[in-house]
Amino acid sequence: MIFNRYRRGLFITSFLAAPVILYLVYVISPYIQAFYIAMTDWRGVTATPTFIGLDNFKRLFSDGTFWKAVTHNGALLVLLPLITIVIALFFAFLLNVGGAQGTSGIRGSKFYRVVFFFPQVLAVAVVAVLFQQVFRPDGSGMLNGPLMALGVRPIGFLSDPDVAFWSVLGVMVWQAVGFYVVLFSAGLASIPRDMFEAAQIDGAGRVSLFFRITLPLLWDTVQVAWVYLGILALDVFAIVWVMTDQHGGPDWSTTVMAAEIYRNAFQYFRFGYASALGVIMFFFTVGFAILSLRLSRRERIEY
Amino acid sequence: MTTMISWTVATSRRLARQERRRRLGPLGVLTHVALLVWSLLVIVPILWTFLASVKSEDEIFGDAWSLPATLHWDNFARAWEQAHIGQYMLNSVIVVSFSTFGTMLIGSMAAYVLARYPFRGNRAIYLLFVSGLAFPVYLALTPLFFVVQNMGNVPLIGPFIGLNTHAGLVLVYIAYSMPFTVFFLSAFFRTLPTAVGEAAMVDGASHTRVFFQIMLPMAKPGIISITIFNILGQWNQYQLPLVLLQERDKWVLTMGIADISTAAGYDQDWSALFAALTLAILPMLVVYTVFQRQIQSGLTSGALK
Repeated sequence: MIFNRYRRGLFITSFLAAPVILYLVYVISPYIQAFYIAMTDWRGVTATPTFIGLDNFKRLFSDGTFWKAVTHNGALLVLLPLITIVIALFFAFLLNVGGAQGTSGIRGSKFYRVVFFFPQVLAVAVVAVLFQQVFRPDGSGMLNGPLMALGVRPIGFLSDPDVAFWSVLGVMVWQAVGFYVVLFSAGLASIPRDMFEAAQIDGAGRVSLFFRITLPLLWDTVQVAWVYLGILALDVFAIVWVMTDQHGGPDWSTTVMAAEIYRNAFQYFRFGYASALGVIMFFFTVGFAILSLRLSRRERIEY
Repeated sequence: MTTMISWTVATSRRLARQERRRRLGPLGVLTHVALLVWSLLVIVPILWTFLASVKSEDEIFGDAWSLPATLHWDNFARAWEQAHIGQYMLNSVIVVSFSTFGTMLIGSMAAYVLARYPFRGNRAIYLLFVSGLAFPVYLALTPLFFVVQNMGNVPLIGPFIGLNTHAGLVLVYIAYSMPFTVFFLSAFFRTLPTAVGEAAMVDGASHTRVFFQIMLPMAKPGIISITIFNILGQWNQYQLPLVLLQERDKWVLTMGIADISTAAGYDQDWSALFAALTLAILPMLVVYTVFQRQIQSGLTSGALK
């Protein structure tokens, strides 16, 4: 019996040792260190960083680029989930319920689902380079070529500060929609068919079928989508870093918090300052998570 | 009798078709138009890239939609050799093979113990792992760089796991894949029946053996989902290697592609860039088309828990 207990303990320890050690060293310890480094003026040259309290945060709040980054993350936080979810819900509804019979899927829905999802399996960095070419400002760009042929002035998708942010948002939506179409389709598949049929017999059209039946029953999945897209909006980096001018330009019109962290740490070697930005980003993320859990609490529908 | 039945079937099919057409109406047509437009939005930029990958430099800077006069397959040779796409792709394959294997091995071990063995501190360790889901990786970026740099000073193994080493990146990938892997798989292990494992234990199997020969095979659906999730996530990673790999010959594919496009402009090899993009996209397209069902359900079940 004692031997058995000993063996059980040994087994637990041996199975947990590697994952826990690796996780403590590479994940937990950096997270904890970041909070300390954020209160130093460390630039990597001295062995021991000087403690300067909240000075980094004070400087951040008077830093124009920081506020631009926060504004862009904030705008993405609202727009990315909103646009993506509306488009994805629309397509998921059409593909699964919007068929001619009203309760069945549309023809070719399998094909559409495969195509829509494809951008999801591409690396964000690859998508960024792809769209850099699509958005080229002259007649050789995929979009500006036809525009110029029609006699329209070329659009500076990535070079016009008023347009660049929208180009970033557009690419993010382009990549995300397919995933949420599939996610919502999975949600729709779990709703019993006869719900739709009963509503149809009662004379519900497609619009009320969507707003009265589909949306309420899919609400749980929509919440999950909201949280995932919100985190995506707060974490955006590669699209901005790779695709836009000067990694966040032109004129900081597309920069985001993650890009500013990377720039400050690994280009300016302001490790303390970059970590302070990281701490602020951390509070944004946690705040968003708590807020979305609070707001989305709603009675579950059982069926 | 049989002709009667087949006549009836044919008629009802024809009627159904007519009915469908009638009900499809303008709204139905619009539906198809909307779906088709989005499909084109997805496909056209990719096809346009494929097309540009066989154009000459002059053609790329000419009319955006012109067809290439001759097919310049040499663009691919230049991308592969001179732009080192071959090397970067090999690096990605090496790193992702090891890191996905490592993630699944130790991730499933941790998840299994945490899901099935009550012991003091179990809950705390589980929460420690799962808490990683809530934190942005950018917070840890600066210290992580120094952690990995310091790893280079560890006696004996240091040179293999410090900065600019693939093994170092593999360890970091494994660690950062733990939160989701443990979270998902421990939920999965909890749903598996206990009886089979207990019976094996009675027959004298060790804890380790029960795990590898009984529980792991039973958890196959969950394992496959999370493996797909991790392969895609680690293959597409850009941020972590950007920080941890500074030497060119160690770079992974995403860094190589991004670099060709951001490299200072004037002697830029644009046709090689398009060839490189094609080389990065095409294999994903093929693999995805073959495994699309598993990939879609793997990724979405990952999201829905």
